[in-house]
Order: sequence, then structure tokens, then C-alpha cells
Amino acid sequence: MRELDEIGTRSDTRDVLARATMQAKRDYDDYFVVDIDAHVSEDHFWDEVIELIDNEYLRDLGQSQLRGFAGNNALLNIVPGLSHQSVGGRITHQGRREPNIPQGEHPFVVAAQRSMDAMGLDYQIVFPSAMLLLGMHPQDEVEVALAGAFNRWTVERILPMDERLKALLYLPFNTPEACEKLVEKYADAKDVIGFTVCSTRNNAIHSDVYARLYAMIEETGKPLAFHSGYHWGDPSFAQLNRFATMHALSFTHYNQIHVSNWLVNAMPERFPKLKMLWVESGLAWIPFLMQRLDHEILMRPSEAPGMKRLPSEYMADMWYTSQPMERTNMELLESTMKVMKAETQLLYSSDWPHWDWDAPSVITSLPFLSDQAKRNILGLNAARLFNLEVKPKKPRADAVLANRPGRS
Amino acid sequence: MTQASSKPGSVSIGRYDDLRQKERVVLDIDGTSVGVYFIGDEIRAWHNTCPHSGGPVCQGKTVPRTLQGVEEGTGKSLGLTLDHSRRMIVCPWHGFEFDLLTGIHAIDERTRLRPVPVALVDGDVVLTLG
Repeated sequence: MRELDEIGTRSDTRDVLARATMQAKRDYDDYFVVDIDAHVSEDHFWDEVIELIDNEYLRDLGQSQLRGFAGNNALLNIVPGLSHQSVGGRITHQGRREPNIPQGEHPFVVAAQRSMDAMGLDYQIVFPSAMLLLGMHPQDEVEVALAGAFNRWTVERILPMDERLKALLYLPFNTPEACEKLVEKYADAKDVIGFTVCSTRNNAIHSDVYARLYAMIEETGKPLAFHSGYHWGDPSFAQLNRFATMHALSFTHYNQIHVSNWLVNAMPERFPKLKMLWVESGLAWIPFLMQRLDHEILMRPSEAPGMKRLPSEYMADMWYTSQPMERTNMELLESTMKVMKAETQLLYSSDWPHWDWDAPSVITSLPFLSDQAKRNILGLNAARLFNLEVKPKKPRADAVLANRPGRS
Repeated sequence: MTQASSKPGSVSIGRYDDLRQKERVVLDIDGTSVGVYFIGDEIRAWHNTCPHSGGPVCQGKTVPRTLQGVEEGTGKSLGLTLDHSRRMIVCPWHGFEFDLLTGIHAIDERTRLRPVPVALVDGDVVLTLG
């Protein structure tokens, strides 16, 4: 008999996630698992990113802010006083700092490796966190500068440290020409397996200013992901007085707008080989939007003459990540997965270490999925989309459990 | 609290007078993880597995229950307040909150912690596992 410590902001990831390791041992130790959406708490390493800003003026401004009032939020437009993700400190892994970093190793890489091992992941794709809101930054040049610096930090410093870590390049979408330059620069980078636009922004994604960018990405053969987010400053969401409701609606809102524009402007016909991936909006919005757009477009085909199929049929050919997977009603979830062709189009994502993360067990525990469907969603669909070699990379769960600190 | 005699599956976890100095102790007993709580003269023991996702529910924080204040007669909101007389167990994985004494979720009474029988036997706190 031994006493276990409380899990807090300084607990070792392998202890925090030990139950997920036990779930892996029981249910999916031999599965190939890819996590499409995990996060860097880049504010913890913000000085490393700021020093990589190309523009001397903005780099100097950022370094000045780092030392001053803004601190680790230098140049960013997040609002710390409105960041209620931890629910008043109840959920401690949001914003946590990994303890016991071996000398000479990078804290982010160590934390990511521990999370991959603990959840039984073979690969993990890492996104930024605070930068998810940069699309609403009033200074486009700051988004460009931070995108360049963050991409360099990720590609040059982080990804070479572990072959299991991959990234989708951040595109400063408010400045199309800058996006094109980044695609040119990183199109062939080994560990950059796609490109991402942070969805929280008010850009019409069907605009012709993006035509060249889409053609360039299509040419690479790598997917384009739209990663959703929230923005409490949006006038509609300013009506909501709880983080929960604002978060629930805004994460689905931005991707619904972008998908709608994408379809009604016939972008799937204009860029037929461009592989579109919609990230972090859960699943419940998908059948809603499918039905809603089908209903409207059938009555108003003259407004979408470029479409050759129903919106729902185009949507069923796109890819989606799973988290945060709504699962309080299994009948609805089963129907959702059926209409969106989850067996081939859905990709597991954890969102770790954010507050509403999902372990792989959210997929393995579904009673209506076949073993093959679970394997597809957890990793084989991602391998197909991102051209990843299906080869085990993770340690066995038994070894992870044996080597964890075991204090919590 | 009932007095219990020694029976199969019973495990003494220590002296009541020592343990009650803490609000909570979480134990791994041969692979079974249990959270034992002491509040006033009450003792409760819950399996350390959240019904939501299997997280280590008893290893999170304990917090006061949050209430929605409403002005009687007008229905006006008095805002959110903390009721320090009621303690909630918070799962550290996703924030599910359970009443420390009943094990019932703060909003959905169908979502509950699984109890572990607990008794005082000659001054020892005894759990019945299995």
C-alpha cells in the first residue's frame, strides 16, 4: 500500500497520464496511433521564438516586452485575464510546466515525448497555443514576423530532436504573399507534413488573393488544415458570459464559416487535389452543416453554380480531427460518424495538454466501431493522408508504466 | 460510520485519529486505487477512477461547491458564489466535479463516483475492496 500525490501543475506527464497508459496496455498497445493535434505552450519558450524574428525592429520590440509588462505574451493578442481554460485552477495540465528535465534536453521535447509515450502515440503533430488567435491581431506584420520565427523554431530547433514529432507549418493568412514565401521555403522540409491556417479570423477563404497559395499547396501534395479556436472579442460571442458557452460555440463557428465559403464558391472543383483538414471543432457540427447547406443549396442552386454535388457529399470527402469528441449521446455520435465517413476521414487528435483533451480511449471505447475502424481513426487514416510510414515508434505500455516516477 | 469486523477483502489503512488530520488520502492498494476523505465526523471512500474518461479523479483538487445565487421573488441573478460547507472532488483530467459526501456530479445526478465500503474498526479505518 502506498500513498499517491495530488496531480498538479508540476506533476510528471507520465504520472498525470498513467491511466491513459493503462488504457493503452489494455486496449491498443499494438495499434499504430497518430495524434494530429497536440500543442506547444509556446509562451514557456517565447524568448527562444522572439529571438528568431527576422525584422530587427519587431525583434527589439518583442524582447523589450519580454522584459516588461507583457512578459511571455510579448507581441501576442491573447487576453490573459479572459483565459479561463483551467477552470480556476481545477484542471492543472493546461499551462503546466514539465518537471525533471534532463540536462541538455529541451523542456518542450521532453514533455512531448512523455505525453507520446504515456498515451501510446507513434507520432504527434504539434501546433502552437497562444498563436491560435493571431489571425485577429490588428498588426498583420506582427503575424508575419511571429509566423516566420515560430516556424524556424519548430523546424530548426524542435523537430530534429525527435522523429516522432511532426508539424504543420503556420501560415500568416492575413498576408497571402508571406504565406506563399513560407510554402516555397518549407514545401520539401521532411518533418513539415502539411500547412495550417488558424481559423479564428475574419478572412473570406475563397478570396482570389489565396488562389496562388492554394495552387502551391495543392502542388506539394500535403494537406491544408484549418485549426479552429475561440475569440471572446467577437461581437456575437461577447453576448456569452461564460467561457464554456463561448468556447463551445466559437470553436465550431469559425470552421463552419470557412467550410461554407469553401463549398459555395466551388473550391473543391477549382482545387480538386487540395486535401482539406478541419481541426479541433469536434464532430457534432458536421452533420448540422451538411444538412443545413444541402437544404439551402438545393433551393438556391444559382448561388452555387460551380458545385456538382451536394455540400454534404463534398464534406464527406474532407478530413476532420476528432477532439473534442462529443459523446454524451451514442446514437447521435454513431449517426455522425456514419454520415461523415469516419472510418476513412476521421483522424484522432488529443489536444494535449489543453484542458478538454481526449485520450485515444475515446475511440477504442466506442461500442459501435469495428476494430478496423478504430485502427483507421487512431492512425491509419493519418498515415494515408500524411504519407507516414506505418511502423511502430512507441515503447510498450508496460515499459512506460515501469519507468514513470509513480508519485501520482 | 459503522463498526465492522474483519472480513475478506478488508484492509486497514491506518488509525482514524491520524488520518483525519488530512482531508484526503489517495492510496494504491495492490493495484486498486482509492481516495479516502475525512470531513467533520464523516468518512467516505471512492474508487479513484472518473466515470467520464477513467481519469484519476481523487488526485485532483477539492474545492467549495459553486452556486448560482438568485434573489428570491425577483429571479434576479446574485452572481456565482462559493458554498464552503460543501466540498467537491474535481477530476484533474477534465474537471468533472463530484460532491465529496454523495459522489454525485454537480449537475448530472446519473454521473457518480463508485463507492468503496469504509468502516471504523477499533480506531482503524478499514476499506472493503473487491
